[in-house]
Parts: sequence; C-alpha cells; structure tokens
Amino acid sequence: MTYIKPKFRHPELPKNDIGYVKSDYEGAISTLCAGCGHDSISAAIVQACFELSIEPHRLAKLSGIGCSSKTPTYFLSNSHGFNSVHGRMPSIATGANMANRDLIYLGVSGDGDSASIGMGQFVHAIRRNVNMVYIVMNNGCYGLTKGQNSATTDAGATSKAGGINNYPAIDLVGLALELEATFVGRSFSGDKNQLVPLIKAAISHPGFALLDVVSPCVTFNNKPESTKSYDYVRAHLEATATIDYVPEKEEITVSYEPGMSAMVEMHDGSVIQLHKLAPNWDPCDRFSAVRRLQTAKAKGEVLTGLLYIDQNSRDMHNLEQTVDKPLNSLREEELCPGSGVLARVNADFR
Amino acid sequence: MEHLQSVNDLVIRFANVNGTGSASANNMFAKAIFRMGIPVSPKNIFPSNIQGLPTWYEVRVNENGYLGRRDGIDVVVCVNPQSMRRDVDAVKPGGFFIYDSSKRLHPEFMRDNIHYIGIPMTELTMQHYNDPRQRQLFKNVIYVGALSALLDIEMEVLHGIINDQFRTKEKLIGPNLKALDLGFQYAKNHYDCPLDVRLERRDKVGDCILIDGNTACGLGAVYGGATVAPWYPITPSTSLVDAFEKYARKFRIDPQTKKKRYAVIQAEDELAAMGMVIGASWNGARAFTATSGPGLSLMSEFLGLAYFAEIPVVLINVQRGGPSTGMPTRTQQPDILSAAYASHGDTRHVLLFPSNPKECFEHTASALDLANRLQTPVIVMSDLDLGMNDHMSPPLTWDDSRTYDQGKVLSADDLEQIEQFGRYLDVDGDGIPYRTLPGTHPTKGAYFTRGTSKDEYARYTEVGDAYVRNVDRLMKKFRTASQLVPAPEFYQKKNQSKHGIIFFGTTTYSALEALDLLKEQGIEIDALRITAYPFHETISAFIEQHEKVFVVEQNRDGQMRTLLINELEISPKKLTPILNYDGMPITAQRIEQLILESFPEEKMEIAAIKGLN
Repeated sequence: MTYIKPKFRHPELPKNDIGYVKSDYEGAISTLCAGCGHDSISAAIVQACFELSIEPHRLAKLSGIGCSSKTPTYFLSNSHGFNSVHGRMPSIATGANMANRDLIYLGVSGDGDSASIGMGQFVHAIRRNVNMVYIVMNNGCYGLTKGQNSATTDAGATSKAGGINNYPAIDLVGLALELEATFVGRSFSGDKNQLVPLIKAAISHPGFALLDVVSPCVTFNNKPESTKSYDYVRAHLEATATIDYVPEKEEITVSYEPGMSAMVEMHDGSVIQLHKLAPNWDPCDRFSAVRRLQTAKAKGEVLTGLLYIDQNSRDMHNLEQTVDKPLNSLREEELCPGSGVLARVNADFR
Repeated sequence: MEHLQSVNDLVIRFANVNGTGSASANNMFAKAIFRMGIPVSPKNIFPSNIQGLPTWYEVRVNENGYLGRRDGIDVVVCVNPQSMRRDVDAVKPGGFFIYDSSKRLHPEFMRDNIHYIGIPMTELTMQHYNDPRQRQLFKNVIYVGALSALLDIEMEVLHGIINDQFRTKEKLIGPNLKALDLGFQYAKNHYDCPLDVRLERRDKVGDCILIDGNTACGLGAVYGGATVAPWYPITPSTSLVDAFEKYARKFRIDPQTKKKRYAVIQAEDELAAMGMVIGASWNGARAFTATSGPGLSLMSEFLGLAYFAEIPVVLINVQRGGPSTGMPTRTQQPDILSAAYASHGDTRHVLLFPSNPKECFEHTASALDLANRLQTPVIVMSDLDLGMNDHMSPPLTWDDSRTYDQGKVLSADDLEQIEQFGRYLDVDGDGIPYRTLPGTHPTKGAYFTRGTSKDEYARYTEVGDAYVRNVDRLMKKFRTASQLVPAPEFYQKKNQSKHGIIFFGTTTYSALEALDLLKEQGIEIDALRITAYPFHETISAFIEQHEKVFVVEQNRDGQMRTLLINELEISPKKLTPILNYDGMPITAQRIEQLILESFPEEKMEIAAIKGLN
C-alpha cells in the first residue's frame, strides 16, 4: 500500500459543469484500516460533490471525534474543515450556519459521536432544522479506542474484548423521524449506487438532512451476526426504493412502470425519482415511514433509502427570520446604531 | 433614644415579598433620588424564587458619591411579615421602621431604640381600589408616597417618573398618582415631616445615567457589532442577552424586509451555546455569549478548543456565588482562576474586568475587537452586583468613526498575493497568525481547523518540536495581548506610600471609599485598579515598589492574589488578601477594618506608618 498520492492526473479526465475533475474533490490519503466502510462513504461524498458541480470552497466540512470524524481530511481538500471536539459538531455547525447561510455545511459524525456523547446536540440540531447534511458513519462500535460497544451496537452482541452488550441499540433514523427531521435517509457504505444520489439529494435539501450510513468496522465489528457487518447488511438489506437525483436543468429520461415510481420535487426545482417502492410507503408521509421502519426492524431487515422528506422544510434562518445577506458580511453601517441613538438610550436611563 | 440626623446620607431597605410588583415602586424611589441630583446606589437582594419568598431592595444615598454598599440601615420599609424579625433587628439605633399598620404590630417586634412609623397601606388600598391585583401593586406606590413626605422627595419628580413610565399606558397614570398621594397625605397628617434623616436636591449626578451592567453589556454587544448570540438561561446573566435582544430588535431590523440582522439562539445547554459561538466566529461573524458560574464550567472544554485552534470567542461571565450551584442570587468574584485557566492542558485566557456600566458597555464592544484581533477567547468578568443592579454611571458613548477590527483575516486578493498560506505561521512576530474564512477562495487558503496538535500549515502532527513551536507561539501571542488590553488605572500620579492596594471590578467603589476613610485617619495607600489579564507590566512594577500590597476581592481563596503571585512571580508574603465572600457586596468599612487589623499593634503602628508616609 502506498502512502503517497500521485499528483499526476490524466489530461482528459472528465470534467463537471464548472470544469473540475473528480480529483479536485479528493483529500489526503486515508489513514483508516484497509476495507473500512468510512472510506467508501468518503468516496461517495467526492462523487456526489463532483456530480453536483459544487465549488469546493463553498462547502464547509465539520466533524466531531472518532474514526468517522477523521474522514473530512480524506475528501474535499479545498474546503475549510473543522475537526471539533467529541459530540459537539452540531453546535459548531449551527453557529457556522448562522454566520453564513450561503455555504453548504457537511457534518460527519459516528455512532459514538452522535448517539452517545453528542446525543443532546444531535437532537437539537434536528429540532432547529439547521440547513446541513449530517452523515453518521455508523459502525456500531468505538473504533479509535479499540472496539468498545456503542449505543448503536446490537443488544446481545459481544465486543472484541468479550463484553456482552445488555442494552438495546438506539436507532438514529427512528429517533430522527420522531423528532420530525425534514430529511431522513439510511444507506450502506457498500451501496454506492444508492448512497451517491442520497447524498446529492441531502445536499439539495433546505434543512437538516440525516443520512445514517451503516459502515462496517473491519477491525472490530465485522462479525457476520452483527447488523453492521458487510455480510449481514448484504443479506438483509431492504431498499425502500432505488434513487435517482435529477438536478433541475436535466431532463428526466428514465421512466418506470406506473405505480412503481415516485417523484419528489425539491425546493430548487430538482427532482428525486424513486422506484421499486416498498409497499405501503410514501416518502412524504412521516407516519408511513415510521410504520415501515418498525416493520423492517421486527423482521431483522436493514431498511435503506430515502425514508422521509418534508418538502415544506423551513430551515433555521427561515424560522429565525434572519436577513438574506450572510450575517458575517454585515458591516458597521448595518450593525451599529451610532452615537445619536446612544444619546437617546442614555436619556432613557436618567 | 438616639436620634439619627442626616441629609443625603442614608441607607434604606425595603422588605418585600417576591413577585408582588414591588420592584417597579422601588426603582421609582431610587430614580427619584437620582433625578434630585443626589448619587444613589440601589441593590436588589433577591431569592432564587419566582413568587412568595422575601426579597429586599437596599438603597444607599450618598451625596459624596460613595456608591459601594454600606452597613447599618437607617430606614426600613417593611411590607413583608415573613422577614419582620430580621428587618426590625436590622435598623440602626435611632433609625426608623416603617411598616404596614393595617394590623397592629406584635409587641415582640417593639424595640425601644428605634422609631416606628405605621402607614396603613393595606387598609388604604382596600378603601380606594377594587381590583385585588391593583390593591397589591398600589400598596407599593403608597409607601413611596409616604416616603416622599417623610424623606422630602419632590413630588413633582415622582410624577415625572410615573408619566415617563406609563407613557404608553396612560390610563395607569391616574391610579398611580392617586396611590402616591394617599401615602403622602397619610404620612403628612400623622407624622412630623420630613424626618431628620432626609433628602435635599443637589447637583451631583451631572450627565450620569442609572443603568445596570447587563443592559450596558447587551448594548455593548449591539454597538460592537455582534450578530450571533447563542446562550443558555442562567442567573444572573440572563438579563444580559435579554437586553441584547431587546435593543437588536429595536435597532437591527432591516427596514425593507423587516428581517433580523442578528440571531439570538437559545441553546440546549452552555456547551452548545459556546459551540455555536465558536462555529459562528470561525465563519467570520461577531458572536458572543453570556453565562455564570456553572455555565463557565460547562464551557471549559470548548474554551480550550478555541484557545488551541485560535478562534475568537467573546464570553461575558456574570459571576455569582460558587462553588457548584452555590448562591445563584448573590454576588462574588469567584471565577478568576477558573476563567483565566479554563480547560485542560496549558491554557490561558484574556480577561477584562469592568467596574461600572460604562465599562461593561466598552469592554463588551472592545472584547469583540480584541477576540478577533487575538483569535482567542476574551472573557468579560462582570458579576451579579454589577450586572443586575442599577449603578450610577457616566453616560455610554460611541465614536461614529470607529470601525470593527476583524483581525488578521485574508481576503481572496490577499491570498493571490502571498506565496504560501500557513494558518499558524507567525508572519508578524507578534504570535498572531493569519486566518481565512470558509468560502473565500476556490483553491487557496483552505485549511483544517482542529483541536489536535498541528504544524504551521495546520497539518496534524505529533512531532514534539512542532508542538513546542506552536504552544510557545501561543505564549508569545498572550504576551502581545498584554499590550492590547485596557491599561490598569492608577489613582496617584506618583507613589506616596510604602503600602499599596489593588482592586478590580465591583470592589472598586468600596475600595476607593475605604481609602478616603483611612486617609481621614492619616493613612495613605497607593491604589491600582486591575482592568485586564494578562497583566500589564506596570502592575508588576507597582507591586515591586511597595512593601505591602493589599488585594481586595470577593472570594474565599484570594484568587486574584493567587493569579498575581503565579503570573508575576511575586512573593506571597507581599500580598495581603482583603476578602469578603458572604454573597453581599464588600463594604468600605470591611476593607478599612481588615487593613487596620493587618497592621500589627494597630494604633501604635498606624502612627508609625503615618510617620513613614
């Protein structure tokens, strides 16, 4: 394995609409274990951003602490990154988003970071509908501290060290639905065809978009019986639908049999096209998503895909009624009331 | 019986029940005195409770302008039977006890060395008002009316305040004026008015204002250009963010769209509040938060991140009694060390110590500049006494030519012109590196912000040399900070004594008064007020130039003294702590007494010192 990334690029690599090649969206070489699911998710992020023709510097990537939170180094090296403290990425992202509503915010977290130490912040970022993509690289264990169970570990599972997990797993997707998150998706690191369009749709969503991505930990939690292992997920994956994300300007060319597809129009005119819909399920109906999720869980299936989207999502800026101009660009004349006003304020205190 | 006599020199205490509307009547009383041109210093002594528990309002009136708390209460106005025992006992011999005489005072409350003045407040409200809520509210205004007669407060001034207060609710003016008159007439008809403890118009407040520190800080944040204010409610800092929001709503609405040029976010806890400040500041907004004791503890991890990753943070810490939940409604200065060194590892933070509302305003506005200039947390150390009580203060001023300092932020053009951007390179030799904001340039200036160790180019490293270079540069930056923070204040042109005294924040009022008291006894002490940490070099010189230096502060452990010893390598023996930590603001009498006690063999020694001076 080489640790040096060649700088040479083939001159005729395909370019996207703004003239960037895919490598313009890459980052440093990963230092995670070979075969780690997280690296596949990083690759999907690179692919999604390339396909969406995002200017890398218009995106900010943020993370907490853990294996997952290291990954922002491995993609989008022309984007500002913020590797914060354990479980606290949501508050940093919220503040950053308040300061400049014009950038894209991509948060990366893990199951320890989101479901344990950062549960409070995770929940409240959903509640505020902060306009961001929030990817949980969910491997059901603590990798960086060598394999302890996490809050998403299956009940009854044995950790590498031999300890049995006595507690039920927290389902972040179910929780997000309960909290009325406006975009809830789940995917699998090994399913690039599903993950890339989901990330693209999540980026386009004006609000908090949760993607819970099952990402096997090859070192500590890839036992066949683990619901976060490659074998298990491949055997039990039930997709609600396969997904195409179609940007506004493109014509929708794929057509499906009637009754087997759904189109969800996004705020910016782009469209998510879903087909092979699971029965009794509508991506715009939260109740049916909850029901479908519970049914799958009872059967031991890992339900993936776009589970729910609120097309009327109003993000935090919208709810707070802040000005359209980014707050970080306001200057003295827009912010400071001046000495004349202050003289009147003084008079009120005499 | 002793008979107190004074003009414009008294302490009056109102004993009320929390939640009965007494605050506005008491404020009216203090404001009336202020409008008569007499310096006044009111203090709320309130419980951690919404309704039902005893609450006091203590007003010191002093025409010499001494604004610190004074022991010894000349007049008590008691409308709370719950606390009557304490309130009767609190009156100085020869003082006055004003009470609601609708019911006869129980004999157990009778002392033979104070004067009793009964005003049938409840009875009067029963006779003149029908609505039960009005009866409760106007009882308070009735005693203000009675005080107007008893202490000689100009009725016209009171009328003016009522007119101002109810400008928008005109129908309340009549009933209020009536209540004032009821109290006034009753006192006039039943007692010799005014008493010998009374007031008289002066011209001693100049253009000063009567304002609380939290409001001044909130205004400072508006004027200083803060746009993002995440916070979590905690006494006694809550009213600070409330004030920011109130004035932002007034002055920061886009005239066309009616949208806000600010965001106040009530976070889920103090950790998140601080995280949001860091996120917003990292992204180039001017952001701040306010908290108190427990909140500071919760924010510590993030303060360490901001220190190490070099992100501007403005935190206003309105200190209260600790440790733990401590005394949430009492004042102290107990967070000096935990703020200076907040978070694990080698950290240190810039602290500012305002001592009056004008400085609250200025320090908050400058903290936003300083934090951006230094790319580090700046903590404004207010306290409950300063934050929640009204103080007579010089008016707030703003220079319209003043611009906001964003610090060393590189633009896209700047990035084009430099050869290589290194986020943590010490280009200017002052320890302060250059930063870029997300979204600035398509291919230049992006870097990774992290709480882990890094090299000059923001790359993660565990190489010892790189780590040492980085933390040593942070120390250099901190030394630069000592040149940028407000300079200390000296109260003499040139040292005159072998003894010095150091104080800061709200100990200032009483320390200055104590110096006058000591002077009357022939003891002169050189004085210095600390306004910021890191310490200015003149502080070290001041201590060196004196044999013995008193450090006045409001905590048990003498934390400022410890900080001075630690930072300036001063012999502990040189610094004598003068402490008060019962939750009430320190008095001049206590400072005077402790200083006198600290001299061995008191009087003889005092004479000797006098000779030495």
